[in-house]
Amino acid sequence: MSTLLLYGGHLIDPAAGVDAPADLVLKDGKVVEVAAPGKTKTVADEKLNLKGLIVAPGFIDLHVHLREPGQTHKESIATGTAAAAAGGFTSVCAMPNTRPVNDSPAVTRWMQDAERGAVVNVFPIAAATLGSQGEKLSDYQALRQAGAVALSDDGKPILDDHIMREALALAAKVGLTVIQHAEDTKISGTHPMNEGVTSFALGLRGQPTASEWQMVERDVRLASQEGGRLHVAHVSTGKSLEMVRLGRASKVAVTAEVAPHHFLFTEEACADYDTRYKMNPPLRSKADREAILRGIADGTVDAIATDHAPHALYEKEIEFDKAAFGITGLEVAVAASLTALVHEKLITLKRLVEMLSTNPAKIVGLKGRGTLAVGSVADVTIFDPKKRWIYDVEKTRSRAKNCPYGGMTFKGKVRATIVGGKVVFSEL
Amino acid sequence: MKAKPRSLLAIESLDSRQILDILALARRMNPARPRTTLRGRRIALLFYENSTRTRTSFEIAAKSLGASTVVIHATTASIEKGESLKDTGRTLQSIVDAIVMRHPSSGAPVLLSRLIDIPIINAGDGMHAHPSQGLLDAFTILNHKKSLKGLKIVTIGDIFHSRVARSDAHLFSKLGARVVFCGPDVLLPNTATALAPGVEIVRDMETALKGADVVMMLRVQQERLQGMQINVDEYIRRYQLTASRLKLAKKDAIVMHPGPMIRGMEMTDEVADCKQSVVLEQVLNGVKVRMAILQTILGGRR
Repeated sequence: MSTLLLYGGHLIDPAAGVDAPADLVLKDGKVVEVAAPGKTKTVADEKLNLKGLIVAPGFIDLHVHLREPGQTHKESIATGTAAAAAGGFTSVCAMPNTRPVNDSPAVTRWMQDAERGAVVNVFPIAAATLGSQGEKLSDYQALRQAGAVALSDDGKPILDDHIMREALALAAKVGLTVIQHAEDTKISGTHPMNEGVTSFALGLRGQPTASEWQMVERDVRLASQEGGRLHVAHVSTGKSLEMVRLGRASKVAVTAEVAPHHFLFTEEACADYDTRYKMNPPLRSKADREAILRGIADGTVDAIATDHAPHALYEKEIEFDKAAFGITGLEVAVAASLTALVHEKLITLKRLVEMLSTNPAKIVGLKGRGTLAVGSVADVTIFDPKKRWIYDVEKTRSRAKNCPYGGMTFKGKVRATIVGGKVVFSEL
Repeated sequence: MKAKPRSLLAIESLDSRQILDILALARRMNPARPRTTLRGRRIALLFYENSTRTRTSFEIAAKSLGASTVVIHATTASIEKGESLKDTGRTLQSIVDAIVMRHPSSGAPVLLSRLIDIPIINAGDGMHAHPSQGLLDAFTILNHKKSLKGLKIVTIGDIFHSRVARSDAHLFSKLGARVVFCGPDVLLPNTATALAPGVEIVRDMETALKGADVVMMLRVQQERLQGMQINVDEYIRRYQLTASRLKLAKKDAIVMHPGPMIRGMEMTDEVADCKQSVVLEQVLNGVKVRMAILQTILGGRR
């Protein structure tokens, strides 16, 4: 394998405490040298000039739906990971709501097979219960050995207290994180949008915020009793973040992610019955959006994850209450975060890298990732924090176009993505 | 002044001038004296939900203007076989000039109007809107009152599930009335006050009725309750319009109901048949107003 020198860039590696101009040498899939500009000693046969760009440990998306096996009319592992690469993600954690549900070592291995044509690393999140039915736990030990990095019944929350308790306890023993899509469906009714002024005016039934935060409250309580690590997926309400804070204050190992659409948009975006704004959890009120932004600024939010949820046009271009939940987001999440968080002076670039790489790597225990220290995996995301561009969803690498970001202008763009020392996306 | 509306999806998109123009035109319409202004125009009545009153009303209105109509029910073969709204709409677009549409999903006509180019007239979508009913309610009120400005219009009952209540509130608000909603929490969330300027909530029926010019009663839509618990006896005790309660309203107050009306539930027989009740008049006015809507949207457009 060739030796690649990345020079002229500004390295931000929070795990290694670096935020300075630096050159890196990648070899055999690893970082072999990090040095001050122009000071590397290793002889490289390829060089990339990264002047004016930020070099960061590869971004890790904790929440992606790749739809394979079983729903390749929406997305495939090849197309989804191609979109991930273009969006600066070197690793994606794939949710198990495939067909069949990924509740077995066989499916977990199949998803990681080279034949799938993945462009970036795929880390399966296995189903916490068989068939994600919420009744009987899957085999956590075997799933872990097959390569699963976490457990979740995403989309189908674990409602039964007893099962959630068992899941947390067993996952703790095996050393995996339980990721919960916090939604008490008895309260939410899985209605198509947030309950509030907009839903009333539109004549749509709404999900109250309580359906989310009450579930977070319960999960934090169970985690405090059972131990283990709890990760709350796509937090959409301020009160859920309150529950996370309370849990942390009493030493519960709880982490939280938010999706860009929840800090960019509010429920009002649904006002024209535009199904590109229909996702679960739904877009919430202005107050909740502000609370999410506060949670990002004050550190309550650990990670930004896309909840990339591709669907075919015919599943979205229908009546709002019947349309599928979810939007795509892999190609724009980094740009959206730079635009709405960094350039709005809410957080620093360093904190952004923490939320996109350092912390996700810790949350699902990806060794040698989330940092570019010597010896770590050569997964690198290179971006221009200032480049202005307009997202053209028609040119997406994803198979799906159910995306409200089309036509939006962003400040900040991913310029290259390197996975295991290999450039998988480049606009250099 | 805005141009003539291309489609009628909801009251929100009309300004008061456009509303008054339609109402003025409706005053000149009479199904007993048919016109031929829409001769040769073809109107599809696309009904995904059962309806007697509205469908008949639109059909008579269309025919009274000389248009030809075709009724398409959700049980129609292609729809039953799973054809999407988009494809049904596109198919119809090539053979008709306009679609009058009733659909159980809120926003379905908004969606269809984005997908095809012919005018869409919303004949009721889910819990969202029923603009022709709003217009005919305003028309009926104006038959009895000089203007809506300053009137106290009280709507009582299942407001949450009612597209009529929403369209009425938008329209009455635009024409300067005070809109008072009255009903139990589960059928009337507090968020309802944000619907339009001048909308308020009064939970106590007696208080709400005091000094009312118009009393609009709504049916509890049992079929849409989805597990909400309504104690019928309790509901009747608190929200049924009785003759004695009606006395709290102004002497010349009128009683309205968009139908279908369940006697013994939202109102007593006595009230339903009393002199102040204009329920049957609403039905006749419905045809006139729908003639005006069709004429406004389709007239002179080729």
